[in-house]
Amino acid sequence: MSQFAINLIFVGGSFALYIGIAIWARASSTKEFYVAGGGINPITNGMATAADWMSAASFISMAGLIAAGGYANSTFLMGWTGGYVLLAMLLAPYLRKFGKFTVPDFIGDRFYSSKARLVAVVCLIVASVTYVIGQMTGAGVAFSRFLEVSSTAGIWIAAVIVFFYAVFGGMKGITYTQVAQYVVLIIAYTIPAIFISLQLTGNPIPMFGLFSEHTDSGMPLLAKLDEVVRELGFRDYTADVSNKLNMVLFTLSLMIGTAGLPHVIIRFFTVPKVADARWSAGWALVFIALLYLTAPAVASMARLNLLTTVFPDGAEAPALAYEDRPQWIRSWEETGLVSFNDQNNDGRIQFYNAVPEFQATAEARGWAGNELTVNNDILVLANPEIANLPGWVIGLIAAGGIAAALSTAAGLLLAISSAISHDLIKKTLKPDISEKGEMLAARISMGGAILLATYLGLNPPGFAAQTVALAFGIAAASIFPAIMMGIFSTRMNDKGAIAGMLAGLLSTLLYIFTYLGWFFIPDTNMLANTADNWIFGISPLSFGAVGAMINFGVAFLVSNATEAPPKEIQELVESVRYPKGAGAASHLSH
Amino acid sequence: MSDDRSPAAQYWSANLRLILGCLIVWAFVSYGCAILFRPLLAGIQFGGTDLGFWFAQQGSILSFIGLIFFYAWRMNKLDKKFDLGE
Repeated sequence: MSQFAINLIFVGGSFALYIGIAIWARASSTKEFYVAGGGINPITNGMATAADWMSAASFISMAGLIAAGGYANSTFLMGWTGGYVLLAMLLAPYLRKFGKFTVPDFIGDRFYSSKARLVAVVCLIVASVTYVIGQMTGAGVAFSRFLEVSSTAGIWIAAVIVFFYAVFGGMKGITYTQVAQYVVLIIAYTIPAIFISLQLTGNPIPMFGLFSEHTDSGMPLLAKLDEVVRELGFRDYTADVSNKLNMVLFTLSLMIGTAGLPHVIIRFFTVPKVADARWSAGWALVFIALLYLTAPAVASMARLNLLTTVFPDGAEAPALAYEDRPQWIRSWEETGLVSFNDQNNDGRIQFYNAVPEFQATAEARGWAGNELTVNNDILVLANPEIANLPGWVIGLIAAGGIAAALSTAAGLLLAISSAISHDLIKKTLKPDISEKGEMLAARISMGGAILLATYLGLNPPGFAAQTVALAFGIAAASIFPAIMMGIFSTRMNDKGAIAGMLAGLLSTLLYIFTYLGWFFIPDTNMLANTADNWIFGISPLSFGAVGAMINFGVAFLVSNATEAPPKEIQELVESVRYPKGAGAASHLSH
Repeated sequence: MSDDRSPAAQYWSANLRLILGCLIVWAFVSYGCAILFRPLLAGIQFGGTDLGFWFAQQGSILSFIGLIFFYAWRMNKLDKKFDLGE
């Protein structure tokens, strides 16, 4: 059976499963559409949160970036897990006690202002749409490979499927389908990793294999990898970074962003009790960690496998002949995400870091430049093929990658659509809208968001995980500080919160657009996106943490210069702090 | 030890102390061991590299899980002690 047919069976089979569950649990009322009745146990909820959370960025893109950047890109690992600590301690239990459905609901009520609600809706939409751009990029890579089409066609196919999937699901469908998606994606991620870890180190557990001995050379795996990359002019895989400020801010941005993302927060409204919100965050992180502890092993092993495929006998011996290139290079060439350019016309693939410091060595070896371009986002999907694993493993990883992209895109689209239909239309513009009208508005806004994200995803501002990191920066700078101050400060008033959110959002967007182009439109950036141009060496990806500090600072100053919030709001803040009397999550009146 | 504040205020300050303690550990393992203090840990060899690398790619994640469950467990006890749970 051809690989194409195997992929089709795995992807098709997993889809049939999700659609079957979605139909079985079809959302019938608006309340169910948003939060699935508020009765989901913490372990199930944790698993669904994990699926919601682990997107194309975690599944498809992250290990590729770690493989390329080594230690320096550990930021993604820490940043995308450490945020759960903040969620569990600073936000989730109190938001659950507050008993609202959406983030703008909380901000609108806590800051007794429809303007604050509106600003929160804008922040939420900007962060979520940016996030969906990253998902479309990742889903596009997965679909282009598995359907053997160009990456552009892959993105459009992904858009159509995400649309139907999200529009007809709703949260109830999504909660149970996401449990199924979690199972599919974690199996798909882990099985190839176990095989590869066994091949390279003899240790079946990838997280231990990473620190074990490389069987072929007898050296520790990471020491072997350092040696191989060094011979090709790359930085050592485990090398320390000099710009620690940027590394700290980037990690912090991802962590606070995690705690500020509406589609993650919304999950904690669906548990029965306040205590369950805390446990839920813990369980979510356990399920996420299963992938995040494996990802760095996948990254280093894939990098080693990739380089030893191209240089089977080491950097000094002749490289792989282009004629003899393995099937995975041939199939990825069709998508345009791998390309070969024989600069020295010797018919062999020289793959190295063509930097000035390495030029003398390269010339001595007769190399005239790097000849192989491999898009970072393909690494996880290509990994089983690079390691010569059986066809069914390759089909499995295609299904897993698509599950990851779909589940998160669906969760985000739900957050976007509820922000527009519920927070914007129902609560602000047209309070007398019927339940049916609200559902229709939700579905139309989902469609609009997908179109916009797909259009921008065709020329994304970075690899999938980087685009997603931008979304985290935006959420970190705008939403997180407002919610946190709403809970921990009784003094914070409407004017402070609005000024803070606007200052955080606008400063972060300005910094990002300066380097990456206005609204991510290519070639409209005012400064080149290089480390020399960054202020204090802070990359646009890391600025969210600075934006959050601006938000806190502005909010504090403005709030203290204006009147204290009304007494009943101060009492409301006090009451949010104690679990007692939380009741069911159904304070929304229709 | 006697405390003349209301039980609710005592509960809240106990919660804040617990959060502060947990966040110190949170920052120490990630920003500390994995990033800023990595050069100091460079002498401690671990699986072909140093301990800082392990914290960056494994240790911090494991610590985060531990922290959340520890917090949830302690808060449940506090909820019971002050009878403020559900």
